[in-house]
Amino acid sequence: MDDKVNYLLRLGDNALILSQQLSQLCGKGPALEEDMALTNVALDLLGQTRLWFSYAAELENAGRDEDDIAFLRDAHDFKNCLLLEQPNGNYADTLMRQFFFDTWHYFQLAELLKCGDPRIVEVAQKSIKEVTYHLRRSGDLIVRLGDGTAESHAKTQAAADALWMYTGEMFNYDAVDQAMFDAGIAPSSAVLREAFLEHVAEIFAEATLVMPSPDAWMQKGGKQGRHTEHLGFILAEMQFLQRAYPGAEW
Amino acid sequence: MNTAAGAAALDAAQVWAWLDEVPDPEIPVISVVDLGIVRAVDVVSSDECIVTITPTYSGCPAMQVIADAVTDALRSHGVAKVTLVNQLAPAWTTDWMSETGKAKLKGYGIAPPQQQVIDISGLRGGAGAGVKRHVLPRLDVICPNCGSSHTQLTSQFGSTPCKALYKCLDCREPFDYFKCH
Repeated sequence: MDDKVNYLLRLGDNALILSQQLSQLCGKGPALEEDMALTNVALDLLGQTRLWFSYAAELENAGRDEDDIAFLRDAHDFKNCLLLEQPNGNYADTLMRQFFFDTWHYFQLAELLKCGDPRIVEVAQKSIKEVTYHLRRSGDLIVRLGDGTAESHAKTQAAADALWMYTGEMFNYDAVDQAMFDAGIAPSSAVLREAFLEHVAEIFAEATLVMPSPDAWMQKGGKQGRHTEHLGFILAEMQFLQRAYPGAEW
Repeated sequence: MNTAAGAAALDAAQVWAWLDEVPDPEIPVISVVDLGIVRAVDVVSSDECIVTITPTYSGCPAMQVIADAVTDALRSHGVAKVTLVNQLAPAWTTDWMSETGKAKLKGYGIAPPQQQVIDISGLRGGAGAGVKRHVLPRLDVICPNCGSSHTQLTSQFGSTPCKALYKCLDCREPFDYFKCH
């Protein structure tokens, strides 16, 4: 598969899987405002997914469209980072996953604004406005939960500790990422990682949370299609209709 | 192409006027032109034109409805062939909204966007160094009901992707605020 198509699928799959996870919380948010926020963020991410997938489909030129890419691939063909497929858990888990992703996403898009592919720049320009809003929200909530009650602090710290090993993958470049870096599209992983760690450190200090070690052992494999057991369940629900009734339309 | 001798040429200004009668499906008080999502109208022949539209939010679920409404409206005025082009750049911001549109929003009870577009140059909400990065930008949103600036954010997200929820601390009314973007 073409490196650029692969790279676009990684971007789209991150957004798609998190969108699907957040939409499962529709009607289950801990407060009405949070319920709306979760589903609005899910909607933004779904829109961004379409922009990445439709570009990937055009470049690939293999007769697939964005819907085929979303609904007719198996788990091993998905390229999302493992972080995004981790369970919704309790609300601290949901928000910590969101905060780690939003932080990476913001700096990733900020770097893509400067890349050499005009179409990617357009999508990044559209997306970063939405993602800035997402990151302000998730950072704000991490501070409120971390610096909240003893219980909210403990749960938020536990979420950070449990999810931390899935953050390294976002900066762990393989041959595909490296080829895109060499082509002037992907940002430097060192620049991204530094920006990520700096922002997380700032928010964690404000939230009275202990930031896990940047040098801790990190899990990986999602970008290459080696997933945790959670992804299959997510896809089983997301793809059911197209699998059971191929070609079904509104 | 156009074999009907003497058929009136299609006028772009006329097409814009027709489009100005197509309401936004979620905020029917303003038109798709007021909202700033119609970017260009290109008349091809007396019964054919190309309309360029742009999404407000990338996941806006109303875009398909808007596209259908634009096509239907122009067909009803005799434009048989309508081609819609989706354009992403430059990305839509609330600056594309017309002053008329903002006034209509206010009359409808939705506070119009009243600050600069969202600052993507950093996470400091446009404030200087030393300000906590996570802090949400403080806006003096004006209550559309009583005009007070004594208002408070209830929820960053509202009934549609483009709105946030506020409440007025003077007249006590909750209201929608069209987010700056």
